[in-house]
Amino acid sequence: MKASAGGYARAENVRHALDLLAASGGQGRLLAGGQSLVAAMNMRLSAGDLLVDISRLSELSGVTEQGGTLHIGALTRHVEIGSDPLVKTHAPVLAAAVAHIAHAAIRNRGTIGGALAHADPAAEFPACALALGAEMHAEGPDGTRTIPAEDFFEEVFTTALDESEILTAISVPVAEDGEKQVLEEVARRSGDYALAGLCLVKRAAGHRIALFSVGPKPILATGAMTALDDGDLDGAVAALAAEIDPPSDTQASAAYRRHLAGVLLRRAVARLKGDNQ
Amino acid sequence: MTIPFNNPDRPNSYIGKTVPRPNATKLVQGRGRYVDDIVLPRMLHVCFARSPVAHARIGEIDLSEAKAVKGVIRIFTGKDLAEVCTPWVAVLAHLKGLKSPPEYPLAVDRACWVGEPVVAVVATTRAAAEEAAALVAVDYEDLPAVTDTMTALDTDTPVIHPDLGDNLAFRRLHEEGDVDAALESAHKVVSARFRTARHTGVTLEPRSILVDWNPAEGQMTAYHATQAPHMMQTVFAEHLDIPESRVRVVCGDVGGSYGIKVHVYPDEVATAAIAKVMGRPIKFIADRLESYTTDIHARDHEIEAKIAVSEEGKILAIDVDDWTGIGPYSVYPRTSAIEGNQVVNLCGGPYDFANYRAQTTVVFQNKTPTCQYRAVGHPIAVAITEGLVDMAAGAIGMDPVEIRRRNMYADDAYPVTSPAKMRFEGLSHHASMDRLVEMMDYDALRADQEEARKQGKYRGIGIASFIELTNPSPFMYGIGGARISAQDGCTVRMDPDGSVVALSGVTEQGQGTEAMLSQVVAEGVGVDPGQVRIITGDTQVTPYGGGTWASRGAGIGGEAALQAARALRDSILEVAAAMLQADKGKLDIRAGQVVDADTGEDRMPLEELGRIVYFRGDTLPKDLPRELVQTRHFITMEYPFAFTNGVQASYLEVDVDTGVVTLLKHWCVEDCGRVINPQLVDEQIRGGIVQGLGGALYEEIHYDEDGQLLNGSMADYLVPMAAEMPDMQIGHVETPTGESELGAKGAGEAGTAGAPAAVMNAINDALRPLGAQVTEMPFTPERILRALGKLDD
Repeated sequence: MKASAGGYARAENVRHALDLLAASGGQGRLLAGGQSLVAAMNMRLSAGDLLVDISRLSELSGVTEQGGTLHIGALTRHVEIGSDPLVKTHAPVLAAAVAHIAHAAIRNRGTIGGALAHADPAAEFPACALALGAEMHAEGPDGTRTIPAEDFFEEVFTTALDESEILTAISVPVAEDGEKQVLEEVARRSGDYALAGLCLVKRAAGHRIALFSVGPKPILATGAMTALDDGDLDGAVAALAAEIDPPSDTQASAAYRRHLAGVLLRRAVARLKGDNQ
Repeated sequence: MTIPFNNPDRPNSYIGKTVPRPNATKLVQGRGRYVDDIVLPRMLHVCFARSPVAHARIGEIDLSEAKAVKGVIRIFTGKDLAEVCTPWVAVLAHLKGLKSPPEYPLAVDRACWVGEPVVAVVATTRAAAEEAAALVAVDYEDLPAVTDTMTALDTDTPVIHPDLGDNLAFRRLHEEGDVDAALESAHKVVSARFRTARHTGVTLEPRSILVDWNPAEGQMTAYHATQAPHMMQTVFAEHLDIPESRVRVVCGDVGGSYGIKVHVYPDEVATAAIAKVMGRPIKFIADRLESYTTDIHARDHEIEAKIAVSEEGKILAIDVDDWTGIGPYSVYPRTSAIEGNQVVNLCGGPYDFANYRAQTTVVFQNKTPTCQYRAVGHPIAVAITEGLVDMAAGAIGMDPVEIRRRNMYADDAYPVTSPAKMRFEGLSHHASMDRLVEMMDYDALRADQEEARKQGKYRGIGIASFIELTNPSPFMYGIGGARISAQDGCTVRMDPDGSVVALSGVTEQGQGTEAMLSQVVAEGVGVDPGQVRIITGDTQVTPYGGGTWASRGAGIGGEAALQAARALRDSILEVAAAMLQADKGKLDIRAGQVVDADTGEDRMPLEELGRIVYFRGDTLPKDLPRELVQTRHFITMEYPFAFTNGVQASYLEVDVDTGVVTLLKHWCVEDCGRVINPQLVDEQIRGGIVQGLGGALYEEIHYDEDGQLLNGSMADYLVPMAAEMPDMQIGHVETPTGESELGAKGAGEAGTAGAPAAVMNAINDALRPLGAQVTEMPFTPERILRALGKLDD
């Protein structure tokens, strides 16, 4: 199929992008890496969009660390997340996630901000952000605001961002001494969206478990987290099964995904203990 | 003079060697010329409004909004095109009882599957045509959809085509010996239910056609991505009322076919009809979604089968009940009964046994039509046969290799006729199995499996022997009344510079036909392959032929090329003998030089001979023939098909917690007779294996119960990709066919035929200690966990 865009404009800076969005009459769509949007347009799942191209806003790209917080610009590409030394040191699960995201061509263009704002429930980065307790930084006509990951993801492809806002960055607390972060997923083929996936972060304060591809948005498995904090792995697996309500589709049933979530949790915990299997 | 193929040091020994593909550079540089690369003056694009429902009466069609779209030139409905294009009925006389309703280029009264073309929009761009097609308003009055194969014949299931009486398209029962008695008295009888999923071919280049009607010449030219240009010439001529001589089908570069591009598609015929009506070139390039809803599907079979064995592991009987749903129409002109028919013909293929019963039941349903796709019926028949053989081996505690050795036809048993009444000229099951066992180091692999199991890893070894039908004679289609040539021809000529041009009726689909032809012609004439240019795919230029299908290119087209090349060599030597005042029998052509046959001493370069013949013919004797163009045709006469054989093995690991299968290694030993180009054959086998692995692990078209297609994109119809593919080791045994001098049989489908069964058997070998078994393809992680009883709903 041939895409049917309503218009295109390249933003000069964030303010310009916000103005373009404001002038679009609700038809504005931010074009960053384009790896989900352009595919949707080519399938005519989205037509008539006024594209606001922010891909050249260099101020939205790059990784810095300051005062115990890792700051990642929204336009930082997947391939950069995967190789950035600061990310590898301070948020290793993000770097680990990159190997699971699609293929090289897509990782070369896709951006972390795009992935988070797109909020595909099967994507790795949203669940990583949730497990890490990340904060989302948005800028809108009325200024900036910060949204905790827990409040950011609302529904399938839906976030707390207003259509007049731009996600400019994500920040995560740097990993503390002894912190462990692992990601486990099962996909039919390498690069496919996971049938189910899980991020596990172990901090002094306790475990954080976020799942993807098991519901309409990334899920923070609080019941399983509590059980794990109590050292009860079987209890955590049981709690996990109860607190997710996965979908069925042509790739896998809800029952399979629920089973898989438990397997992934056990494997992730085994990896925390250094028991590589 | 025959070619001493067994002497690798013979002059011009290109046959049997890996030589570079003449078209590879062009293709990798992006300098190929596919249909979509062709732009003609005044060209328009057609796009189709397709049925969004599986079965509906077509009510009012409102085109007012669509016509208003900028760039739209004209819109056609089914009724419009029915006036200029006659319908077709896809039956063949030798498939007794096969029935199918008339099919039109656009649906006229009823739409019968999701994706069936209903309205054709012609516009200046594809984008405008799409825009307008989305605005075509058709009043679809829903009719009940038939989607389940097994209940299609039940009395309470609606009949899709009331004129045909029922939903049965075709049924064939074949019986040999006394199956019931054998089942009753056998030491062990094992039954199983198999399922192969609905697949499609997923060609890299989608279906593409550009048709130009020149009213001044009264000639239609179709630039078409097709496997069978001459067949399409007949189809366009017959249904659009044009003399066959005034239809030219040109087939340039083609980006893969796999059987998908050998059929008649309503939207492609509609494109030709519209070109004729409008007198303007019309282009249709299917997009990927259209490919999924309209490229033929295949392999949607459900099977109940039994095998009876003696205590010694001798196969006493095989009993197969095969069902398949083919969509609402049999596909023209090869028909959709062939696949089921092949299952009947091929089950039990490698084995010498007496009692065989197989029935195929082919029913209509409201899904995309199915037809022949690479290895037609083979993966199904091999899965049934090899699945049963492994289960029988398990039941009597025999090694899977051993049970096969006890049942395969002896290598010196040929010629022989199988219980399915297939005639085998010469096969090498035992030699192939010996080679396989040696290549894979079977005993070491069993030890590794044992060791892995101690560490909690479930690895399995799967073996699958198979036969493959190649080099078809007119027994495949011609005797049924289809104008599909089993014969093929080649014209070879020498030009003044001593170079050679060969025009062949077989076609290049990206698989290397041109490389194969160039080396055959090079050896036949005695020139370097680089001095041979190949022309294929133009009905106005090449000899008449069947094209590329059923693994016939090398075996049929290659032999025609060899004979034409040898004839040209003879003509050249006749002229050379006169010029050199030598005995023709004492001369040879080597590397483009006429030489003394005994000493190899150069006598004259071919370009000198070319110069004299073409520009100084006055200096040659008046009555000397100087025909430097020769044409030969070839058709098989002794056997209906040249069967090949082979055996594959898979080694894999099953993650019994997630159900994920990891392929560790794959082996194939096959016997396609004379190997012309080892690298091309190996890559054909590997590519075929990959397609078979796709069927085993990934590929499955899903419909809901209303006949809605659920996965029409590459994101959710999963094809095998490089990362998951194992190392594949290929070996050969060569048993040339005696029907031709070349001795080549086909190699295009062997990989696909055997790979799914090898994987199924390997998975079941891995799962055996856990008491689980899978027989429903693809073997998804979920199906494996369900077999293990690990999921509770």
